[in-house]
Amino acid sequence: MKDNRKSYVGLRLTAGILLGTAGACAVVVGMLGFGLFALGTWLSLILVCIGVLALALAVWSLLLLAKIEDKLFATGATGEISRRERAQKTLVKAVLYLFLSVLALAMIFPFYWMLISSVKTVEEYNLATPTLWPHEFRWSTYLAAFTGSLNLGRLFLNTVIVGVVSTLLSLVVTVLSAYAFARLEFKGKNMLFAALLATMMIPGELFTITNYITVSRFGWLHTFTVLIVPFLVSVFYIYLLRQNFMQIPNELYLAAKVDGASDLKYLWKVMIPLASPTLISITILKMMGSWNSYIWPRLVANDDLHRLVTVGLRGADFRDTLTQLPDFPLQMAAVVLVTVPLLLVFILFRKYIMRGVSRSGIKG
Amino acid sequence: MSRKEKTVKKKSKNQWKAWLYLTPMLILLLVFTVWPIFNTVRISFLCRWNPDLGAIVGYNYSDAMNGAKYQFGINNFINVFTTGDSFLTALGNTMLLTVLTVPISTMLALLIAVALNSIKFLKKFFQTVFFLPYVTNAIAIGMVFAAMFGMVWPNLARPPVSVGIINTIIEAFGGKYINWVDSGSSYWANIAVLVIYIVWNALPFKILVLLGGLQNVDKQYYDAAKVDGASRWRTFWRVTVPLLSPMIAYVVITGFIGGFKEYTSIVGIFGDSMGPYGAPGKLNTMVGFIYDSIDNNQGKASAAALILFAIIFVVTMINMYVSKKKVHY
Repeated sequence: MKDNRKSYVGLRLTAGILLGTAGACAVVVGMLGFGLFALGTWLSLILVCIGVLALALAVWSLLLLAKIEDKLFATGATGEISRRERAQKTLVKAVLYLFLSVLALAMIFPFYWMLISSVKTVEEYNLATPTLWPHEFRWSTYLAAFTGSLNLGRLFLNTVIVGVVSTLLSLVVTVLSAYAFARLEFKGKNMLFAALLATMMIPGELFTITNYITVSRFGWLHTFTVLIVPFLVSVFYIYLLRQNFMQIPNELYLAAKVDGASDLKYLWKVMIPLASPTLISITILKMMGSWNSYIWPRLVANDDLHRLVTVGLRGADFRDTLTQLPDFPLQMAAVVLVTVPLLLVFILFRKYIMRGVSRSGIKG
Repeated sequence: MSRKEKTVKKKSKNQWKAWLYLTPMLILLLVFTVWPIFNTVRISFLCRWNPDLGAIVGYNYSDAMNGAKYQFGINNFINVFTTGDSFLTALGNTMLLTVLTVPISTMLALLIAVALNSIKFLKKFFQTVFFLPYVTNAIAIGMVFAAMFGMVWPNLARPPVSVGIINTIIEAFGGKYINWVDSGSSYWANIAVLVIYIVWNALPFKILVLLGGLQNVDKQYYDAAKVDGASRWRTFWRVTVPLLSPMIAYVVITGFIGGFKEYTSIVGIFGDSMGPYGAPGKLNTMVGFIYDSIDNNQGKASAAALILFAIIFVVTMINMYVSKKKVHY
């Protein structure tokens, strides 16, 4: 009896939500369809009617059916309370899903608009009423993004070089210092670590000014070095890895010592494999940092040989050489090419990214 | 040999080894973190009389290398406020954006987190969708927002060729198109777009933190509230918000810090001219102001950076003070 009721409630809820969502969509599309998106008046009118009907059905299935169901299942005095409660609960659920769906749509819409704009022709993009689905797919825009003045291939290459080298070096520095802080004993260890953490509170702009002077004096302007070296040390990564290293039991270290393993061998054979999730997190965050960095690269290495991808993307002139009109599809294609690797990394390494993020509050 | 002696001996043996492991980090930290702290403070107080310009100018490193002599003084800090009104513009823009975006994004994130926490069906899907903006490039998606709000308007003497997707939706509901980001757009239209974009960008992190907090809340409290017959609204304000207050304080404080350092969102939408076409610098922020003078007047840039640091410090302290009184740990 109880199971029966549960499945019945679930079915009604699902049906209501699906109908409600579909109805809302139909109403919106129908209303937009009036004179827009070239859907035609009759089609729009039909869509609106269907939408209103679906919405009404949804409300009916969510509210009225609750009463019928209660009549079927509820008994006696308790029925009065549970019926009201359940109807309320269903209504709240429906509102929750509607709220989340609308906001989720707002979250996704920029990605959708970026994707479909990138495959439109310039003429279609510039239509007085924008189309929600391209009439004609022009994939050659993507090729143009690589071959044109934007030279995306070179930008990608530069960014990958900087990203890979700085990640590798940063990992070495971070592992060595995290190991020292987690396992080795030396005078002033806690004070030094506290001082390190204190530097995290100072805004980066304070460092940037003097670092700009420093790298200019070193003669590093317009090199890869200037993009890599100043950011090799991240106190946050050291902190993250130290916490992870400290969780590894000390007995392992002593056992390795008895077996005559050196510190470095122990670090390489035991600590690093055990801390690999944190190391992966650091690698991903650091790579994403290079991919997204803008302020520093624009300041110190904004030349053709060393320009990074974000700087190139923002600085490029997306104008048609003939008409002088802005070429939005080309711009959007470039944006897609910059965004897709990030989304791929996110899909593949979601767990590792979330781990780092929830503890930092800093991007990249 | 006693156990204690053993550890002491091991300690001293490991001393030099530990410092060896720390060497690369320490060298880099000294050059790129510790030295800048002192030097930025130092050069913010260095200035000189420039006879060619007939004005007091701040420290410039290439002039200094060519033998220019600088004196100690607070003129850089005065210059920040007095040379034009660009700093006040930047300060006003930054404050306005922070004051608008932090409450909106926190409230919205709280609502979304509570909603996500009370559903089961499709929960993972919604969580992923709401996290998507986090892993994107602020500049790249800023350009998408600019395309969505922008118009195709080749000849300013004639009406625009296309008013863009957002304006099309507005017109579909009977409104009139608004010049959001293009040449001649109004200040409040620009701010509205920036607020929407910054909130869109800030939501994922806040939702993640608040949802994490909600999942750790003991179900007992809700059962107790239910027994007492508290309404949903009352439960939300009297149970959920107080129990979540440490997380709310955390996202508000980081939100304020991020808000005062706002820069790339504006570059993403308006380009590094920091304003719509024909009005560069209209939407400049404090960080933007610092980078404007980093090339030729490092003294002034340092002074502005210290002012920014002071503001962030004071605001964070106020936040901490308020949250100490209001937060239930």
